[in-house]
Amino acid sequence: MSMELIKPGIHLDFVGKMKYAIIFSVILTIIAIGSVIFHRGLNLGIDFAGGSVIQVKFQKEVSADQIRTALKSTKLENSTIQQFGVNEFLIRTHESFNDQKILAANLEQPLTSAFNKDYEIRRVEVVGSKVGADFQRKAVFAVILSWIAMLIYITWRFEFRYAVGGIIALVHDVLILIGTVSILNMEFTISILAAIFFIIGFSINDTIVVLDRVRENVKLNPKQKLGDIINMSVNQTLSRTILTSLTVFLTVLALYIFGGAVIHDLAFSLLVGVVFGTYSSVFISCPIVLLFENMQISKMKRKK
Amino acid sequence: MFKSLKIRIAITVTVCLAALYFLIPTFITNVPSSWSQYLPKEKIHLGLDLQGGMHLVLEIDTEKALEAFMERTSNNLKESLMDTKVRFRNLEKAKEATISLELTDSAGKAALENVLRDQYPDLEIASTTPREGGQLVNLKIKDKRAIELKKLTVEHSLETIRNRVDQFGIAEPEIIPEGDNRILIQLPGIKDPERAKNLIGKTALLEFKVVDEENSLDEALRGNIPEGDIIAYGTREDKSTGQRGQVPYLLKNKTLLTGASLETAKVQIADRFGDPTVSLKFNSQGSIDFDRITGENVRKKLAIVLDGVVHSAPVIQERISGGQAQITGTFTMDEARDLAIVLRAGALPAPVNILEERTVGPSLGSDSIRQGIMATIIGTLLVIFFMIIYYRLSGGIADIALIINIVLVLGVLAAFRATLTLPGIAGMLLTVGVAVDANILIFERIREELRTGKTIRLALETGYNRAFMTIIDTHITGIVAAVFLIMFGTGPIKGFAVTTIIGLLASLFTAVFVTRVIFDYIIWNYNIKKLSI
Repeated sequence: MSMELIKPGIHLDFVGKMKYAIIFSVILTIIAIGSVIFHRGLNLGIDFAGGSVIQVKFQKEVSADQIRTALKSTKLENSTIQQFGVNEFLIRTHESFNDQKILAANLEQPLTSAFNKDYEIRRVEVVGSKVGADFQRKAVFAVILSWIAMLIYITWRFEFRYAVGGIIALVHDVLILIGTVSILNMEFTISILAAIFFIIGFSINDTIVVLDRVRENVKLNPKQKLGDIINMSVNQTLSRTILTSLTVFLTVLALYIFGGAVIHDLAFSLLVGVVFGTYSSVFISCPIVLLFENMQISKMKRKK
Repeated sequence: MFKSLKIRIAITVTVCLAALYFLIPTFITNVPSSWSQYLPKEKIHLGLDLQGGMHLVLEIDTEKALEAFMERTSNNLKESLMDTKVRFRNLEKAKEATISLELTDSAGKAALENVLRDQYPDLEIASTTPREGGQLVNLKIKDKRAIELKKLTVEHSLETIRNRVDQFGIAEPEIIPEGDNRILIQLPGIKDPERAKNLIGKTALLEFKVVDEENSLDEALRGNIPEGDIIAYGTREDKSTGQRGQVPYLLKNKTLLTGASLETAKVQIADRFGDPTVSLKFNSQGSIDFDRITGENVRKKLAIVLDGVVHSAPVIQERISGGQAQITGTFTMDEARDLAIVLRAGALPAPVNILEERTVGPSLGSDSIRQGIMATIIGTLLVIFFMIIYYRLSGGIADIALIINIVLVLGVLAAFRATLTLPGIAGMLLTVGVAVDANILIFERIREELRTGKTIRLALETGYNRAFMTIIDTHITGIVAAVFLIMFGTGPIKGFAVTTIIGLLASLFTAVFVTRVIFDYIIWNYNIKKLSI
């Protein structure tokens, strides 16, 4: 006997539940966008906004407040200080320190006088605001163009409505991830951008698998109602959908647990992305295909 | 495609061996030297986020290069116009990259046009405005030539920086032009980032100028700078207190000789205090010029100016033949060594601005690498166990394909000298996910076919065929998106896209082709009654 998570011949009514799913997704998306607006935009990391990040590791226990006190009346006075692993801190500011001398005067001297030499500066990153703005523009541009490219490819291989369904599903996933990042007040960094790319890839992969089954079943049963076909297809691919998502989820979970501080944000975003990428390929892309179908039918009726 | 199983096995083995071949330098550090000449040299490059080191993005101020060009041209033009007896006054480099002059003769414009056409084909008249007793003329550089000049400036800067970094002795530097006027520099594992930054970013324009001793320095400091003179500062260290102070000099603006005339520069311990000095040797033309210059200016002071700062201004005792000179000053040994390097490598044709700077300490880099590798291994092991438990033997076959997939991606990364960064790891994870998905798709289809009562061979055949188009579509969609990310993205975006494309291509090969080869091999060689799937 082989192992089966989902028994063959399963028949769950997905199409009937899609209404609720759409409502759920619309609410989530509104919350996501609302959070970004409420926080007055994203908390952009230095790669996008420019500025400096300094990572300092202390040899003994130190609190963020102690560091803040040490940096009082320096140029780093208004920087954000965040714990990052054991006795390790990130100091962030929107100023770009290009000169090591300024950095020494504003960071090393005050830290040394407060904590002696019991610390190590492990990382200094400085990005000019012009470069940040440039990168921001390029990232948005590249993402949107990649969406258009996929739209064209899927339209060519499938149909336009399938393409729209797939793209809306992944835009939905990206919005929800951005919303999560915003609600948790996480910094929007390169890691999050990488996660967004991952989710785009994962979500579209998942959607194509489901829609490919729909296409196949439409060919096999041209008379049947599309709603039934979609339900059948989702059920047929359900076992695969759950298996794939589970394996990817496990991998990413390992990354989240064992990957360390540097990978932490990336792994967390990937976890969010895997869950919603799976959900959206069933509950977002399929209803949109169905919606197009209904629109076409009503058009045809009017023509007659 | 390839019907013969033997050919398909040969292809699989060849591809795997090729990938392993490129991975030898990455995983085996002490290869016997008699072998190493047959092996590739390149390891997988790790990005700074994973390895530590320094990352710089420089912007070359090409406008400044253009202005410097116009400054030189204006001096030459002055002489040319005097030679051809065109009457003019107030010829100077005006704001931005233009030259303005007043012609004081009605026939002046035609004469000026002649001179421009014959000797300065790069210049054109931008505007003329009539003035009392003549006209005001603005000259500018032709647009096409300006673009060429800027491009040359960037190329020249790139080469100079490469030279400097090479001479500094940093292993595996990456120096890549980016966009129109940017240069990306990656220096892995560097110990003293500040020193490297100074070495790379210093313009290192060396000039020899005569000190003006006929006019009063004090008068000039009050604001009355004589025409053709400039004030420059040098530093002087008080030997007793050790404090550094600024010393002003009044110099003739005309540059007699530049660092371009140097043949080489090296550090010497010259004086009895053991202070290092940088000794210069001019090339043949430079030697002739230096001989003439020193001959014409005996008993005067000759200032050695580096990037506008006077390093020393010794008195010329006698004509100096042989083309040797020295820069003394208060250097540390490292400073002297770096100065010699930048002088040998030549001046940057334009100043550079640092737009982006990242330094990651080696301890942080190795921490994140260790944890990243461990997490990836644990994640991959989880997938491998999962597949075996769920799909038994077939799962094991998929696992072999998965491992080959990872080896292929790493091998291609090593062969093409691509850099693995954190976003790159995200890309690899995505492709591992997609590769496993491809096998799950195939296996689920095979199970469906088996349930309808088909034979093992037929079920395999149909399963693979049915899943094939789906797999092609998922992979190509991913590749199409990634190609766009490469075309329009930079740095980290590209890092993700490159590994994704390599990974998806590898996955097409391993998940579809390699697994099928293994299945066919088993079925054709062993009489299997029931497929373990």
